Amino acid sequence: MNHQNLPHPQGVGIAVQDLKKRLGPNQALDGVTLNFQAGLMHGLIGPEGAGKTTLLRTLLQLLKPNSGTILYEDEGKATPFTDLRPSIAYMPQQQSLYADLSIGEHLEFFKELYSIPEAEYQQKSEELLKITRLDKFIDRPAGNLSGGMYKKLGLMCSLLRSPRVLLLDEPTNGVDPISRREFWDLLYRLADQKILIIIATAYLDEAERCAQVHLIESGRTLAEGEPRELLKLEGVPNFDALFIARSKRKEGPHATHT
Amino acid sequence: MQPTLNAAVSVTELGVDFGNFKAVNQVSFSVAPGEIFGFLGANGAGKTTTIRVLCGLLIPTRGTVTVAGIPYLSEESADRIKEKVGYMSQKFTLYNDLTVAENLNFTASLRKLERTYYLKRKKELFDFITFDKPESTMVKDLPGGMKQQVSLAASMLHNPEIIFLDEPTAGVTSAAREKFWSLIKSLAKNGKTIFVTSHYMDEVEQCDRIALMRSGELIALDSPKGLKESTFPHPLYELTPKRKIPYSEIEALRSPDYFDSFQAYGLRFHASPRTAQSWNEFLMRYSEDFDSQIIQPTLEDVFIRLVEGQNR
Repeated sequence: MNHQNLPHPQGVGIAVQDLKKRLGPNQALDGVTLNFQAGLMHGLIGPEGAGKTTLLRTLLQLLKPNSGTILYEDEGKATPFTDLRPSIAYMPQQQSLYADLSIGEHLEFFKELYSIPEAEYQQKSEELLKITRLDKFIDRPAGNLSGGMYKKLGLMCSLLRSPRVLLLDEPTNGVDPISRREFWDLLYRLADQKILIIIATAYLDEAERCAQVHLIESGRTLAEGEPRELLKLEGVPNFDALFIARSKRKEGPHATHT
Repeated sequence: MQPTLNAAVSVTELGVDFGNFKAVNQVSFSVAPGEIFGFLGANGAGKTTTIRVLCGLLIPTRGTVTVAGIPYLSEESADRIKEKVGYMSQKFTLYNDLTVAENLNFTASLRKLERTYYLKRKKELFDFITFDKPESTMVKDLPGGMKQQVSLAASMLHNPEIIFLDEPTAGVTSAAREKFWSLIKSLAKNGKTIFVTSHYMDEVEQCDRIALMRSGELIALDSPKGLKESTFPHPLYELTPKRKIPYSEIEALRSPDYFDSFQAYGLRFHASPRTAQSWNEFLMRYSEDFDSQIIQPTLEDVFIRLVEGQNR
C-alpha cells in the first residue's frame, strides 16, 4: 500500500481488529480487520450479505461484537466512543424520513432534534440546499421525491450538525447514474473538509472512486488498499475480476456462504 | 424457442399519457429476436411505463406496439402478449417464506401450466441454472445469486420468447453476476430476446444495443461501442489532482472555458476538452495541479453526457 500521497492523520480514525459477530444462524462478521484512516474516503465494497451493514452498525455500537476490538482515535489519540458519538452521522440503507414532511420541514425538524443554533442552521441549511440542488424543491414532501433526491435529503439531514465521521450505507442503491455522480460530487466536497467517510456499497465501479477500498465478502476482508494500486498488484482490469480471483483463492474450509 | 422473422418487439411513435402528463412520447424502436437490449434512463424517464406496455400491462395512448408478433390493441391482445413474455425483477419475484418448489408450483398454477409440461420445464430450467440444492429449501435460505437464478427460472417456466429483466443483478456477488450473464447470453444465443434495465452501467456494457430514455423520449440508440464513439468523438481525459484541490477551484473548471463536460469521478475527474486548443490552454495553466491520461469513456460517462447535454 502506498501512503505517500495520503495526508497526515487528522481527525477521527477507526481501527477494527478481528471482529466477529453472529446474527442468528449467520456469521455476519467472521474476523474482519480493517483500518479506517482519518480524513479519507473509505469504500466498503461487497455483495449483499457480505457483512457491510453489520460492520457499520458495530462501528456505531448499535451492535455488540461477539469478539474482537474497535479502537477509535482522535487526532492520533485513543478516544472513548462515547466522546465521539455526537460527531458521528449515520445514513442507514432504509432512511426513515417522513413522507408527509417537505424538505424544508425535515431540515427544521433535524435542527430541533440536534439543537443546532439558529445562525449556524441558517448558514448550513442554505449551503446544503444549494450543493444538493434541492433548493428548488424545498416545499416538496419527501414522499414525492425521486430515489436520488430522497437519498440526498437523507444525507442533508445527517450533515446538518457538521459531523466529523460519516457512515453511509448503500447511499446510491437504486439511484440513477446522474444522481449517483451528483452524490459523489457532494462526497468530494465533504472529503475536502477532512471528514472520515465510510461508504458501503454493492456497486463495484464505485470502489475506484474512494481513496481506500476494503473488499468484503462473507464477513471477511478479501483485499484492501488504494483502488488502482490494488488492481495493478492483482493484474486484473476491474473489481469484479478481483473479487472473483480472491473468492476463488479463499475457497476451501471457509467456502463462501452468502 | 420459435425465432420469428419479424422483430421481437416493435414500437412506433409510442405515447402514454397520465392525465396531462406525457410519461412516454414519440418513442420508436425495435428489438431483434435473440438480441440483448439494454433500456436505460434516469429515474422518471419513462422506462417502467414503457416496460409495462411491452408486458401487456398498460394499453398505450398513442402509437403501435407489437410484441412477439402480436399487435397490442386491446385487453384480449394483452393476454396473448403476457403468454409470450417473462418478467423478473430484483425486488420481488419469489416468496421468501415458501420453498423453491412451492414458489415454482405457485408460478406454474398462475400460468395455468399443464402438470407434465411444468415438471419437464422445471427439470430443464434447474439443469440450465445448475441448481444443486434440495427443492425443499426455503427461498430465504438461498444465497443471493442462487435466488436470482431461481427467480430467472420462475420467469421462464412458461417458455416465453421475450424476457424482461429489471435490475437483475443488484447486490449479488461478482461470481454470481458473471454466471447470470453467461446464462443470459446462452438464452439469447438460443433465440430468446432479453430486455434489461439497470442502473449498473458496467452491467449494460454486455448488451448488444442500448436505448437511452430521457423525459419520456428516446434520445439515443446504438451499441455500447457506437454510443461511446458518437458521444465522445474527441478524447476523454481522466484528471488526477496532484494536491488537495479545494472544491471552489474545481467549480471554476466547470465553466465552459476549457471543457464541454467536467465530472467528478470519486477523487478524480473525467473531462472532455472543448477543443484541442482549450486543452492546451488548460495544460499550460494546470499541469502542475493534475496528472492527466486519455481514458475510454464508460457508459456512465455517455449516459451523463447525453442526458445533461440535453438539459443545457
